[in-house]
Amino acid sequence: MTERLDGPQAPGGDELAAGGSPGPAETDSDVARPPATDTDTDTDTGADTSADTATDPHPADTTGAATAPRPAGGTATTRLGPSPKMAVLFLLPALLLLAAWVIYPIIYSIFRSLFDAAGDRFVGLENYAAIFSDSGTLTTIRNNIIWVVVAPLIVTVLGLIFAVLTERIRWATAFKLILFMPMAVSLLAAGVIFRLVYEQDPDKGVANAVITTVHDTFSSSQGYPGARPRENDQAPVVLKDGDVVTRQPVQPGQQVLIPLVGLKPDAVKDATPAKTAAAGGLSGTVWLDVVHGGGGTVNQIDGTEKGLAGVTVEAVADGKVKATTETAADGTFYFSGLPAGSYDVRLPQSNFEAAFNGLTWLGPTLITPAIIGAYIWVWAGFAMVLIAAGLSAIPRDALEAARIDGATEWQVFRRITVPLLAPVLLVVFVTMVINVLKVFDLVFIIAPGSVQPQANVIALEMWRVSFGGGGNQGMGSALAIFLLILVLPFMIFNIRRFRRDER
Amino acid sequence: MTTLTEARHARAIERGLLGRLADRIGGGLVQVALVLIAVFWLVPTLGLLVVSLRGEKENNSTGWWTLFTKPAQVTFENYSNLLASGFTSSFWNTVLITVPATVLVIGIAAMAAYAFAWIDFPGRDAIFLVVIGLLVVPVQIALIPIAKLYGALDIFGSILGVVLFHVAFGLPFAIFLLRNFFVGIPRELLEAARMDGAPEWRIFVTVVFPLAKPAIASLGIFQFLWVWNDLLVALVFADSANQPMTKALQSQMRQFGTNVDILAPGAFLSLIIPLVLFFAFQRYFVQGLLAGSVK
Repeated sequence: MTERLDGPQAPGGDELAAGGSPGPAETDSDVARPPATDTDTDTDTGADTSADTATDPHPADTTGAATAPRPAGGTATTRLGPSPKMAVLFLLPALLLLAAWVIYPIIYSIFRSLFDAAGDRFVGLENYAAIFSDSGTLTTIRNNIIWVVVAPLIVTVLGLIFAVLTERIRWATAFKLILFMPMAVSLLAAGVIFRLVYEQDPDKGVANAVITTVHDTFSSSQGYPGARPRENDQAPVVLKDGDVVTRQPVQPGQQVLIPLVGLKPDAVKDATPAKTAAAGGLSGTVWLDVVHGGGGTVNQIDGTEKGLAGVTVEAVADGKVKATTETAADGTFYFSGLPAGSYDVRLPQSNFEAAFNGLTWLGPTLITPAIIGAYIWVWAGFAMVLIAAGLSAIPRDALEAARIDGATEWQVFRRITVPLLAPVLLVVFVTMVINVLKVFDLVFIIAPGSVQPQANVIALEMWRVSFGGGGNQGMGSALAIFLLILVLPFMIFNIRRFRRDER
Repeated sequence: MTTLTEARHARAIERGLLGRLADRIGGGLVQVALVLIAVFWLVPTLGLLVVSLRGEKENNSTGWWTLFTKPAQVTFENYSNLLASGFTSSFWNTVLITVPATVLVIGIAAMAAYAFAWIDFPGRDAIFLVVIGLLVVPVQIALIPIAKLYGALDIFGSILGVVLFHVAFGLPFAIFLLRNFFVGIPRELLEAARMDGAPEWRIFVTVVFPLAKPAIASLGIFQFLWVWNDLLVALVFADSANQPMTKALQSQMRQFGTNVDILAPGAFLSLIIPLVLFFAFQRYFVQGLLAGSVK
């Protein structure tokens, strides 16, 4: 974690060590430094080693355990280096800013969270109690839990899969750039991008366009909602439990006419004119028995009447479906090879249901999964690049040896690659958890105003309650502190990891 | 011993024939899968670009993908309307916020990192651990207190306030990244300079800073992207005269459907500069990522 930049030639090496068992981590970070030293400054070494040895025996520095066990350098510079006053000068701007903009606000927020909305009345832990009793904030917490459980895991797993797969292709760099690109894009722009992707209308939103296309490929139902037989005694078909069924049983060799009404002319504006089916077998025509502008004979196919394409037609005998077919563009259908007998021809109800129109991504039910999808789009590249760096540092010999011993690719992956990558995977996962806890922009942008209560997360609620019209800074402070408490374990995780790596 | 290796070889050869065939097929499948994934990742952004290039009427009636069959739909009207509408001022606000916030973070963090890496002073490690701890502090914690502070200082709504906020919250990562790079700089270089009696600030400027260019580039691109892409800080601290592009666009989100002709070209304009920077400096970007995936 800590020394990753000093060895750009092999960034993965340190990555791998970070978070690993203390043994390897120690050697790795120690090894990382000297090579650069050696190669860069061959000419200087003479003078320097003497300086080192001269100063080394001096009593160890006063700064405590962390620096003491370091190899020579740390202490050596001390003697030559400037006074602590100099350090103050160098540190002053940074420490002032950090104190005033980060540390003071933490303290202030702790106090502020104990007061009411206006800040006049001390309310103790009431704001915190409200977080866990108000149904709105409970939804918020529930959403955050979903986010933390789902998003980091998917991002890490996808990153791992992509990193492993790209090892085998020549255009790996291009692939990585493509997946990585969303990281450069603002989350606002990503939000706008996904608002477009998730548009409800399949003619606008690409997600629903793809889904409806796939759906229509596998289910031929065109959907003629509202189509029905005429409700009079002359009509050859009747409505029965939602299905359209022939009034009289029919035999193969007969022409079955199925005239329907109840569709708007627009619905069949591009349809082919209906035709009489070719003779032979059991055949017939399903058509819209209405002439635009009036005229025509009822229950007969007139020249301009439109055939209904893609209607599912069943031949039923003794209550069982014996054959199924579908109407052609001109509305004709034909059952081939049907044994002689008497059948009911039936158009099942599914023909008359509304066409599948895609999913309501931005509705209350799917909103959080939809936003998590956008989040994954943004972050998978990040996980992939980190994991790929770790992957490139895995010793090839170990993998080759296993392969020669007859291990399958899956076994190599499962038993060697993943365990060796575990430290990197942990770093990616933890980074994602921290990031997910603070997720704000994507939810704010993608969730339409009316659905925001269902999509809400803590970071957004904090802003909403204190600035976005809520006006309750006591509650806002409590939520901010709550958020801080949630990231506290990771703060400790970082500090501990750093201290271990330094040693 | 020999029989063991022979057996191994035999198995390897046996695997070799079948295995190679399987690898071929598997390799082909992997290629196809990766192409599909790449398309999956490209399409959303492509959609934004195409929508921004189509007129309002087209966007309301047909999908953007019809542009590929009817290229005549392309129009730059959205862009010219957007630029005429005063969007350019928010572009300049973004620049005015991002550039100083980036430069200041680099300068201030480099000084602090130098002290942490190369000057010995009491409490150094304790203070550095605090800086590491601050890496994960959410900005939410500071919104209310700093809004109060800015009110008192009378800089609420100003660009200065936004810049300072970004600088402060960029510092922990920046110090962390640079300090870790600085400790890797060969000691001999610094000590040679110190032996020569060079003052500390000159060592800093002439020895350390030039050597640290890769780290500074990494940090620079990160900070630039963070600030350029920020919405939350601007939302709270920038008033409408000083708002960056992100906030200006956010204010149009309420009527997403009717404002697509503003939002799509605006979002696309806002991501062009980050994308160019990203492609130009992606090496440093990756190095920076590898160095500090904690924030």
